Amino acid sequence: MYRIRFHGRGGQGMKTASRLLGTALFKSGLEVQDAPRYGAERRGAAMFAYVRADRQPIRERGNVVSPDLLLVADDTLFQVPVAGVMAGVTAETVLAVASTTSEMIWRDRLKIANPIYLLPHSEVVADDDFPDVSAKIAGAAARLTGLVSEAVLLQAVEEEIAQFGPKAVKLNLHAALEGFQAMAAGEGSVRESADLPADSYEKPEWIDLDLDLAATAAPNIHAAANSVQVRTGLWRTLRPVLDPKICGKCTWICGSSCPDGVIGVDAGGYPEIDYDHCKGCMICVVQCPRHAIAAIPEQEAVDALEKTKTAQLKGMPS
Amino acid sequence: MTRALLTGNAAAAWGARLARIDYLPAFPITPQTEIIETISRWIGEDEMRCRMVMLESEHSMLTAAGAAASTGVRTFTATSSQGLLYGMEMLYTIAGWRVPLVLINVSRGLSAPITLEPDHNDILAARDSGCLQLHCATCQEVVDAILIAYRLSEQPQVRLPVIVNLDGFSLSFTREPVSLPDDQAAAHYLPAFRHDAAEFRGGHPASKAVAVLGGGAYSYFRYETHLAALAAIDAYDDAAREFEQQFGRRYPSVECYRNDDAEISFVMIGSFATKAKDAVDRLRDAGHKIGLVRPFMLRPLPEADLRKALVGKSGIAVIDQNLAPGRGGILHGEVTSVLYGQQERPATVLSYIGGLGGRDIVIEEFFQIAADVRAAVASGATPAPRLLYTRNELTDMRKMQAAAHVEATGDGAVDGTGGAPSKETTA
Repeated sequence: MYRIRFHGRGGQGMKTASRLLGTALFKSGLEVQDAPRYGAERRGAAMFAYVRADRQPIRERGNVVSPDLLLVADDTLFQVPVAGVMAGVTAETVLAVASTTSEMIWRDRLKIANPIYLLPHSEVVADDDFPDVSAKIAGAAARLTGLVSEAVLLQAVEEEIAQFGPKAVKLNLHAALEGFQAMAAGEGSVRESADLPADSYEKPEWIDLDLDLAATAAPNIHAAANSVQVRTGLWRTLRPVLDPKICGKCTWICGSSCPDGVIGVDAGGYPEIDYDHCKGCMICVVQCPRHAIAAIPEQEAVDALEKTKTAQLKGMPS
Repeated sequence: MTRALLTGNAAAAWGARLARIDYLPAFPITPQTEIIETISRWIGEDEMRCRMVMLESEHSMLTAAGAAASTGVRTFTATSSQGLLYGMEMLYTIAGWRVPLVLINVSRGLSAPITLEPDHNDILAARDSGCLQLHCATCQEVVDAILIAYRLSEQPQVRLPVIVNLDGFSLSFTREPVSLPDDQAAAHYLPAFRHDAAEFRGGHPASKAVAVLGGGAYSYFRYETHLAALAAIDAYDDAAREFEQQFGRRYPSVECYRNDDAEISFVMIGSFATKAKDAVDRLRDAGHKIGLVRPFMLRPLPEADLRKALVGKSGIAVIDQNLAPGRGGILHGEVTSVLYGQQERPATVLSYIGGLGGRDIVIEEFFQIAADVRAAVASGATPAPRLLYTRNELTDMRKMQAAAHVEATGDGAVDGTGGAPSKETTA
């Protein structure tokens, strides 16, 4: 059985990616199971989806514990512990990551020797209704399994995306093809993992639960006002960035329209955005009467900041 | 017949479409909402002719469903978890009304604490409502069970609501290959609903749900409901046999997988039973005679078939994805009561609680359960019921409690060190 897991953020289309691949594999004559897995469904939050494919009916259910192929649509997820991107990765797992960082650096960061294939990083555009990373990563997955032809992949994309209209179909066909073609070197490199035999397995470490007093065992949270510790800024795919040259300091407008209350006022009277907690909803961008707030793709903003930092370290003008 | 990838929710919508439902009272709840969204879209696109009405709660939804069904229209509705409980008063009531309809429940754990993920406590809370229950293990079964459920529900001697249950996430949001019967084949199997005596018609008033005092009349009505549910055992077999004749898919009320020559049986319901089948195959490969017994119909309880499947086994493991606090596994109680007093009943019936609130049951755990049963059979000592719960899970729990500033009490220090080691269950 092939076990494939896609990691991304809500809104990047990982459910769609799993369906594109699932349909392509199904059309290629395999038995297929695909499913998304999210907690509270919200844009920008880490989520994953998985696909199983086999020559016989699939009975295994639930999360893919140990993937043969792991695809990551957003490389910032590696540093989000709850995303569990690397969970169950073995020496045999093939990785494909949408990233501008080289595979050597990733192998070093992740401390693995596995093959890592890079997908050209997808630009996120503010008015883009159809993130193309999902079709790109599905196309890449299809090629890496070696089970799907280019024609069948495109057929699957047409079928799955048709409901979103011809513009979306065109964009996704292009993206799927791009992903498929980028993985030529890795075609068929994913191997099916063997089924675990019943006579040699790791015994589950079951324990007996003790009775705790109700004060402990009731599902209560006593730590008050601790939601500040949750860095919801990690959910962001777009970053609102203020241009003080245009800003008219009417902070009550952006400040009061922010649903998370993360826009304060700095000493100079300008709005100050708390990026640790801004979820990137872009309401302030829309509300600002002077259009002083721009929506910048998060990755671009992070890259720009890193460049500035490096330049400063080297004592060069940024 | 076309074969397509469908989620359990899409399969449920297709079941309703193929059953040519007339009326859908609806109220959204995760993980069920996709079902009513899909049907709503089909109605909007003229793919389906059906009156859909959004109600203000599941209580009203079930009231509307029962009332509509008594006018002779084919009625379908769907809910999950808290919604099923919110409508619980009317669930008992519509069973008492003796009206035919199909209700989908997408299983999800109950509050508190609240979750979105599956277990069977919601559907089992409706166990004694008088509604019949079919428990699906695959998306294919969801489509097929709905057609069978209408046949069963509309039988004049049965005429009770049927709840078709599918697990949230592992079926509701999971696509699998499903063979969809075509419209004609479905209509052949399930003809138009001909209510033999629709109570409510224009110019033909009737009163439903009368008040009775003194107990004699009440006992009559209640016991007739029981007899109707029992009559559903044979009626189900007929409906399933005809389904098999037409579509080639077999749905015995109790599914037995590699169980005939098995010495040990797993017993469980729902979608994780397919994982148990995988485990059975691997255990067979390793030389162990083991099988799976899965009640597809839980109400009425097909006692004779269940006995036939389990009598003569040396050991049984009942795996419950539910928990009755103060009792344990609900299925375990049902199975042991069916076996009580039987000659050659298994001496060893182990109880496992697992898969609560979306917790996985991994294949190693099935292997270990089988090993525990073998050890218990050998020693003659039945171990205490076991919760499938690992040291790592408790460690994570303690970390959460520490973050929540929960006061530490008892031995289970809230410091991330875990709890007591497992008491050895194997001899």
